[in-house]
Amino acid sequence: MALEMERPAAGAPSLRATGRVARRQALSRASYWVLFAVAVSGLGVLAFLAYDTIQLGGARLVHDWPSFLTNYASRFPERAGVRAAVLGTAWVIGLTVLFTVPVGVGTAIWLEEFAPRNRLVQVVRLNISNLAGVPSIIYGILGLALFSRLLGLGPSILTGALTLSLMVLPIVVITSSEAIRQVPSSIRDASFALGATRWQTVWHHVLPGAVPGIMTGVILAVSRAIGEAAALIMIGAFAFVSFDPVSWRDRFTVLPIQIYDWTLRPGELFKPEAAAAIIVLMAVVLTLNLTAAYVRQRFRQD
Amino acid sequence: MAREMTDVRLDVGGASQARPGSAAAAFRPSEPVAIEVENLSLWYGKKRALTNVSLAIPRNRVTALIGPSGCGKSTLLRCLNRMNDLIPGVRIEGTVRYHGVDIYGKDVDPVEVRRRIGMVFQKPNPFPKSIYDNVAFGARVNGYRGNLDELVERCLRRAALWDEVKDDLKKSGLALSGGQQQRLCIARALANDPDVILMDEPCSALDPIATLKIEDLMRELAEQYTIVIVTHNMQQAARVSDYTAFLLTDEETPGQLIEYAPTQELFTRPKDRRTEDYIRGRFG
Repeated sequence: MALEMERPAAGAPSLRATGRVARRQALSRASYWVLFAVAVSGLGVLAFLAYDTIQLGGARLVHDWPSFLTNYASRFPERAGVRAAVLGTAWVIGLTVLFTVPVGVGTAIWLEEFAPRNRLVQVVRLNISNLAGVPSIIYGILGLALFSRLLGLGPSILTGALTLSLMVLPIVVITSSEAIRQVPSSIRDASFALGATRWQTVWHHVLPGAVPGIMTGVILAVSRAIGEAAALIMIGAFAFVSFDPVSWRDRFTVLPIQIYDWTLRPGELFKPEAAAAIIVLMAVVLTLNLTAAYVRQRFRQD
Repeated sequence: MAREMTDVRLDVGGASQARPGSAAAAFRPSEPVAIEVENLSLWYGKKRALTNVSLAIPRNRVTALIGPSGCGKSTLLRCLNRMNDLIPGVRIEGTVRYHGVDIYGKDVDPVEVRRRIGMVFQKPNPFPKSIYDNVAFGARVNGYRGNLDELVERCLRRAALWDEVKDDLKKSGLALSGGQQQRLCIARALANDPDVILMDEPCSALDPIATLKIEDLMRELAEQYTIVIVTHNMQQAARVSDYTAFLLTDEETPGQLIEYAPTQELFTRPKDRRTEDYIRGRFG
């Protein structure tokens, strides 16, 4: 494609955009506004939801501070609180992280650094990606059959944590694999050339370089697990708990189930409680995200 | 894994009758040899990259591998400390003897080979850690029991970097300039107390002044170490090396050794016409 350039006859050339250049610039300027509108509409909906929730539940949370956090569930809205749900969430998510991180990161390391490049490993890889898309209720059914019934753990915190671990494991594996792949191979070469073994190379160079990416994966996983109600309802978690869970054998509830339960109550009675619990849940997720961002920052090497 | 001798063997036998340039390549230096490569062939999957390369690399000398892109010189270099093992689908035939021991032999551990035969890469690749930790890493993973501080200083001095970094050993290795980074990588390789140092185009990412410093360093290091360097730059080969090997890939034979001789001789009186064409700049 030959570009026909107009040569200025004499004197100063005109550098104003005309013809094709003007059209390309117009398109570029238009794209700015289109993309801006897309970004605003997405964030706008989120902002509206947050505003609506805070409007509905903020007063409830502040007015009865801190009794909303320290009270158990109750038949009476003004006495209801999220104590058992917060503790249940902490237990379940804590154990889920404990199970998922070593298994997920270990799997990713093996797949990326140790596994032979054969058909079987390819199939495994592909299926891990598929598993990330399986609906949570399916994991709930699996948890009910395997952990609750077959292993006889019942509808306990441990069953909940194991079920959620299975559910988020693919996310951790996929993001960790991605993070490990991002570590430049020149670093591996340097390590091997100095007589390091594969494990020393992974431990000293690959993992530290992959920590920021792995943290992102862990946060994605925790965010998904912490908002999960369906799978836990499936395994038989309570909606109404009026005791503190103190061991992994205890029955439990979690924030999303508590919220779900409150929104199901007839009339407007428990709506502010549901909204207030959502605010608590969002605060927890936000805190976790900030922690992860901090860890990422600490490990970012440059 | 290293050597499967199946159908390809036959193929090799057929080709070896008319091994190109074998007369010129048959040169053998008359001094003690550190590494002896014999009939080395290599395949990346089905694609052949080296064909029957044989050469003897003398001890405490600088040997340069030259040739146009894709001639197999880097591949050959990476065979000398088994770095090619790390690439999936690589197959190697022939032997590489290090002080008489075949490094592809049965009981040989590649980790032990790489500890003795160090390597410096084309692009400086310091670890994203402190200067100190960069140098100490090899010693640490190999279970060094001596004084690490002394070792780090000794290696940095030997790599002619000490004076520039001695007050800043905690600074990240990545904060150094390109030339300093490359000297850091050399210091890092020295910390393992290797016997041979392989350098894969160590100056191609550096400016002329940094290049000069590395070249000076190579000459100095050659007093204690055997150095093998791959370079694109013929002047560099002429300046720093004692021996030069010219490799070439042509239509029929990928990665063949065309000519191997003392550097002076190869550049002034090449025996093979292809060597002459290359060093006169007629191709590549």
